[in-house]
Order: sequence, then structure tokens, then C-alpha cells
Amino acid sequence: MNPIRSLADIVRSPSAPEAAPAGTGRSIAIKSLSAYYGKHRALEDIDLDVLPGLITAIIGPSGCGKSTLIRCVNRMHEVIKGAYATGSVLLDGEDIYAPGASPVRIRRRIGMVFQKPNPFPTRTVYENVIAGLRLNFPRMPKADYDETVERSLRAAALWDEVKDKLHSSGSALSGGQQQRLCIARAIAIEPEVLLLDEPCSALDPTATLKIEELLYTLKAKYTIVLVTHNMQQAARASDMTAFMLADESHVGRLIEYGQTRDIFIEPKESRTEEYISGRLG
Amino acid sequence: MTVKNSISRRATKAADPSDRVFTALVGAASTLVVALLVGFILLLVLDSTDSIRRFGLGFLAGSKWNPVKTEINPIVFGALPYIFGTIVTSLIALILATPLALGSAIFVSEYAPSWLGKPVAFVIELLVAIPSVAYGVWGLFVLVPIMRNDVEPFLQATIGKIPILGALVAGPPFGQDLLTGGVVLAIMILPTILSLSREIIAQVPRLQKEGMLALGATKWEVLSKAVLPYARGGIVGASMLGLARAIGETMAVTMVIGNSSTRISPSILTPGYTIASAIANQFTEADSPVYFSAIVELGLVLLLVASVFNIGSRVLVGRIAKREGGADA
Amino acid sequence: MRKEVEERRFLGRSVRGAVNAAIAIVLTALSVSILFAIVGHIFVNGVGSLNADFFTQIPKPYGETGGGIAPAIAGTIVMLLVAGIIAVPVGIGTAIYITEFGQSRFAEIVRFAIELLAELPSIVVGVFVWALLVRNLTGYSGMAGACALAVIMIPIIARSVEEILKLVPDGLRESALALGTPKWKVVLFVVIPTVLPGILTGVMLSLARAAGETAPLLLTALGNSFFNLDLRRPMAAMPLQIFNYAVSPYDDWHRKAWASTLVLVAIVAILSGAVKFFVRRWKHESN
Repeated sequence: MNPIRSLADIVRSPSAPEAAPAGTGRSIAIKSLSAYYGKHRALEDIDLDVLPGLITAIIGPSGCGKSTLIRCVNRMHEVIKGAYATGSVLLDGEDIYAPGASPVRIRRRIGMVFQKPNPFPTRTVYENVIAGLRLNFPRMPKADYDETVERSLRAAALWDEVKDKLHSSGSALSGGQQQRLCIARAIAIEPEVLLLDEPCSALDPTATLKIEELLYTLKAKYTIVLVTHNMQQAARASDMTAFMLADESHVGRLIEYGQTRDIFIEPKESRTEEYISGRLG
Repeated sequence: MTVKNSISRRATKAADPSDRVFTALVGAASTLVVALLVGFILLLVLDSTDSIRRFGLGFLAGSKWNPVKTEINPIVFGALPYIFGTIVTSLIALILATPLALGSAIFVSEYAPSWLGKPVAFVIELLVAIPSVAYGVWGLFVLVPIMRNDVEPFLQATIGKIPILGALVAGPPFGQDLLTGGVVLAIMILPTILSLSREIIAQVPRLQKEGMLALGATKWEVLSKAVLPYARGGIVGASMLGLARAIGETMAVTMVIGNSSTRISPSILTPGYTIASAIANQFTEADSPVYFSAIVELGLVLLLVASVFNIGSRVLVGRIAKREGGADA
Repeated sequence: MRKEVEERRFLGRSVRGAVNAAIAIVLTALSVSILFAIVGHIFVNGVGSLNADFFTQIPKPYGETGGGIAPAIAGTIVMLLVAGIIAVPVGIGTAIYITEFGQSRFAEIVRFAIELLAELPSIVVGVFVWALLVRNLTGYSGMAGACALAVIMIPIIARSVEEILKLVPDGLRESALALGTPKWKVVLFVVIPTVLPGILTGVMLSLARAAGETAPLLLTALGNSFFNLDLRRPMAAMPLQIFNYAVSPYDDWHRKAWASTLVLVAIVAILSGAVKFFVRRWKHESN
């Protein structure tokens, strides 16, 4: 069975994806980004234009640097001791790595969902959702918080399941629900971009599909970047795909980037083709 | 994690006589340890029965401690002043030590670069190696004069003027009083609370911190809204461990607490006793069987109270470790 | 509108963060200074009275200046020695039992007993030995003191040796057993030699702790102003001597209290420092 043909079947829209009209913001332009863990270079010279209003998947074998890349986009990479990045990442034209730029401000605008769901265990579902909102608005009228909670949980396709247990612990939910709670939490503060680092790798297939459908509804409001080790997921869920590979010295590079259907049906690079067909990685 | 099953099983199959001797020897050592503990508790209970039977709950609730029978006063032992002194000094110690320990733990774990944090923690934890009697000497000759001449008059001039609260610092500033006992204890339990808090904070999963960070939180907000709430139980457990140590502490407290008054007053500037210091001061006087029994009962009470907090600490600290495993829903 | 509020709030949040960081720094500095103050005072006040006499002579009677703490030093050494003779085999034996025979129910009980023993307040240990030995058997004596110290040392040795034995890879034991070596030889001649430095560490730690203990000795050895090495009679010890000097009304004795404290802290520091040194060297060698 030719793997490429089966992926071609699952690649979604046959027509070219429509990016959001220019000027609505939410674009990420990565320019000459290199990332280091201490002395070891993990990423070299990445250039990538993430288009607004689309879902962009980053795929590649383990160790190719895709998590490192996405963590550079909201400056989480440097949180690790000794880690840093050079180059620039432009959010709507503003370089988030500019000398005076504040990571705190940036992370407010670029949200992140992690590989393992991480709801705050000492908080209720309700409090989890507004955790980010409370940072800047610690004392809003309850009605405003209620409204945000309902809106975010609905957008995360979780409202019906938890509306009666808003005040139970955040960690009392199932894995898939917890991850959707984390998505709700991330979008409650209305970021411009949403980064998801292998969000389904700890979930079962049903939960995974729920989240993929959810992402499709979210891309109207947020630019979405999705790191995934699951090629089928990338083929199903994304509009654009970036393929990365690490060389012998474990330095990650961007090999190919384009519309998902092109990447999976007619990749330009041979290494891409090898990975897609399962011979690599 | 113990040595694998297969090895133990193979061991029990060994028929070598020297092996049996060896097993008997180490088994004997272990049995001795268990017997020691059991005998310990049994003896304390047995030797207190005299006093328990005679004074019952009055031992804990009564304030008269009369070892000598006179015409008007019968022999009675009421340890309430000692219990009171233990509670007050330990509480003062907890109130003073916890912010210092927690603040240092936070600085060392979250703010300081590791070349600074590790040595600083090491230095503060050195405090734990200083013998109790050394604290006593320092407390008696350095701290007591400072308390008597500077701190306590200051407290009286400030808090003393506030109605109601002023009663806390009433009375002549002896320097050797419950407050000074509390301060010395605070210094002694500071490293205990610090090292356990550090461990607890270090165990907070990175994913929790990053989750808060990714919402646009400042470093302090990550600490106060993600790390500390997660570590809350463990930190309380660390304080409890400090409290257990404070309760059992004898020498340093004895040397600065005054050992002279059994009056229970709201003022922390009164001299007093703790259970431990009462034992240390009086054991030589225990000439009658009932007096002896009363001293042993004091020891039993001390053991029970300290154990409650030791166990409580273990339970709370253990919960943090369990929660980490439980979060994988 | 929200963006403006957020910008304003951002400044406040940063300030609050900086203030709290500063508070943490202050609290840490305070804690560190306390340590330095105490050690400094001990050194400054004690060093002046150290001389040869101090270490070799017995105390002079009340009020007279001069004399030394030789009996106390001797008593401490003797009691630590006897306590060690009791505690080291029992502690190591218990640790061996827990690790090498760890599967049985009894081993769990033993482990639990060690934990409890370790948490006993030292004065309660004193009360126990007082009630058990002093009142009926030995009277106030160096022997009773040594027993009390042994009770304190046993759990410390057992715990640290257990930790060390757990680090020895099972493979080492298995290959020795596979050769047909009897278990006792495996433990004594294969496992223990590899962790000997670690065991020494545990023993020294327990000695450091026991050297500084006063409360249990108060109720057992009682103390002695004369030179006495007879374990059946009350015996002096450094912590006891310090206590007696400190609570006395004499200035000279106060000075001696400082000096003795300095010596005691130095001994504890050397023993504990040697521990850290050994631990580091052992970790180095095993890598």
C-alpha cells in the first residue's frame, strides 16, 4: 500500500486554503532563527512565514527540533537554564526578540497548549479557565468572569460536559477534557496566536479527533501552529505544513514548507518524500 | 526500592551454616531496634501510670506543681504551665521561622542563579549542625541582653501602648522569657523548614510553571499562583516538622526561658517553662515514686505531642509526591 | 480599552514582582547573617580562653580562675566510644537486614521503627534511659550516658547505611552469588567494601550529632567536676560542662563556656566536614 496515496485521501480541502486578509494581524514571521541549549545548537537558521487564519503543522522525526521551534515563538525556549535564541520572530511585524521586548507581554498574545494536559490542580475548572484573565483583571464583576468562562468553554467544545461541575477540581476531568480545558484557558485571554505542542500525544483517538475538530473551528479567530509527530493528524487537520529534520550533529533545519496537500502528495524535497512514505524517522 | 526479589529468594535457599549465623546476627540487630522502640514506649507508659492514675486529666489541665506535701497543700502535679510554655514558644518560633525559611527557599530555588543559590542554602543549613547547647550559650550571653535592653523595651513602647494587644508585652522585660525562648527556637528550626521547603518547591512539575508562564505571568506570579499553591501542603508539612523539632528542643530553651514562673499569663515577656525544660530542671529532685512518675509522664506527653506533628508532616509531604503521579489522568 | 488597562496593570505587576523578589533577598540575607553572627560570636568570645591548660587541666572549684575541661573532653571521648561500640554494629546490622532481606513484613516494621527512633526528642531518650537504667540499675553513670547516645546514634547510622546499600547495583550481588559465594560473604566482602567510605560517613555523622547532645546526658551521665573514666559513675561531657559553666554566676566560667562551645562546634564541624569531603571523594571515585 502506497502510504502517499492514503495520505492524499485524508488531506482535507482540495482547494487552496484561504489565509485571513492581510492587515488582520496574527501573522508570525520567523527569520533566521537559531536556538541553543547552552553550547549545543538545536536549530539553525529557520525562516518560516506562518500565515494568519490558518492551521500550520510542523512535522518531523523525534529530535528534529520542532518543539524547540514552537517554544521559540512564544519565548518559552529561554525559560530553560542556559537556553537562548538568536534571530527574530515578528508578530505582526514586531520583533518579539527585540532588545527591550518583554516575554511576559508576548506570552499574553501568543498562547500555548502543552503535550501533557496541565490544569492547575488546586483550582476549580472555573478558576482554571480565568487563571490568565485574573493576572490582569483580578477583580472583575462575577458576571464578566462567568461570561468568559462560558464563552471559552463553549469555544473549546467543553461547556456541555462540564457546565455542572464548574466548581470541581480541574484535575478531576478525563485526559481529553483536561486538554480542552487547557485550550479554553489559553483562549480565555483572547491571544492572537495559539501554539499547540503535540497536544494529542497523551490522548486516545476519540479525544484526539475532538480536538482536531475544535482546532478547525478556532482558526477563524486565532492563527494556529501545531507541532505533531503524527503525520495523519497533520494531513487531516492542517492547511500548511512545515517539515523539519536534524542532521548528524543534531542541528534542526527546515527542509520544506508549503500547503499541506502539496507536501503530502507532491513533496519537492526527497527527504520530505522519504519521511512521508515512512522510510525516514 | 529494595534489592531484587530473586536475590533474597536465592539467599533463603542457602544452607550454608555461616549464612544462618549471619542472618541471625543481622536479624538480632533489627529485632533489638524494634524491641528498643517498643520497650521505650512501654516503659514510658508503665512508669507514668502512677501519675496518670493519681492525677488523670488534671495533669494536663492543672497548674499546681507541688512535689512536697505540706499541711495545706497535697502533692499534686499539674503540667499546664509547661504545656502552655511549650505551645507559646513553639508558636513564636513557627511564626518567626516560617517566613524566613520560605523566603530563603524561594530565593534559593527560583531567583538565585545556581552558583549563588546552592552555597547560600548550604550555609543556612549549616545552622542545623550547631549543637543545642551552643545555641543556649549564644542565646544566654548575646540574645538575652539584646532582648532585655533593646528589643523588649521597644516592643513595650510600641505594641505595649495598644489596648488589648499591649497585654502581650506586659511586665518587666527580663530578657529571659517565653519570647526569647521562641526566638532561639526559631533560629534552630529555620534550617529544617528551609531544606524541606526547598525539596518541595523543586518537586513542583515544570509543566505547572510553564502553564502559568504561557498565560503571560511574571516570574513572581508563576511563583505565587502556580508553584506555591501546588506546594502548599508540603510547605505546611515542612513547618510542621519544624514545629515538632521546636517542641522537643531542650537545652537552648532551658538556658533562655527563665525557668522560674508557673504563672500562665498572656504576656510573652514572662519567664516560664516548656515541658522539656521542666524535665531538665526537675529530674534530680524526683525523690518520691509519684514525682518520678510525673516526670516520666511529662516525657510521655512530650513524645505524643511531637509525634503528632511528625506524623502530620509526613502525611502532608507525602501527598505532594502522590499528586504528581495522580495528575496523569 | 482593555489593552490600555493591561498596559497599566503590567507596570504594577512588574513592580510587585520586584518588591517580592527583594523581600525574598532580604529574608535570605537575614538568615545567612544569623548564622554568621552566631558562629562569629562563638569564635570571638571563645578563642581568647583557649590555651594548653584549658585542654589538659581539670576545672578549678567555684570562683577560682584557671583550670580546664580535660575531664569533659575525656568523658565525651569515652562515652562516644562506648556508644559507638554499641550503635555501629546494631545500626549497620539493621541496615543490612533491611536492604538485603528487605522483602519480609518484619523488614517493613524495622524500617518503620528506625524512622520513629530517629524522630524521638533527645530529652525523651534521656527520660527513657533514666527510667530504665539510672533509677534502678546503674545510677547516674557514664554507661547510662553512653547508652542514651547509642539510642540516638543507631537510627542515624541505620538510615545512612541503608541509603548507601540501596545504591549498590544488584548486578554486583548477583554475579557474586552466581559464583556460589555464601550470602554473608557477598555482603561482607563484596558489597560493604564498595561502600565503606559511605558507611564511615554515616558513622561520623552520628558521632557529630552525639557529640553535641546535652539533654540525654543530663539525665544519665549527670556530669562530673572531677576526672572520672569509670563508666559506673557520673561522667563529665563537653556539652554538660558547657551548660554548667554557662548557667553559673561566674564570669570566668562564662568565658570557659564560650571557649568550650568553640571547641565543641569545631569538633562537630570537623566531623561533619570530613563527612562532606568523604562523600564528594566517594562520589568521584564511583564515577
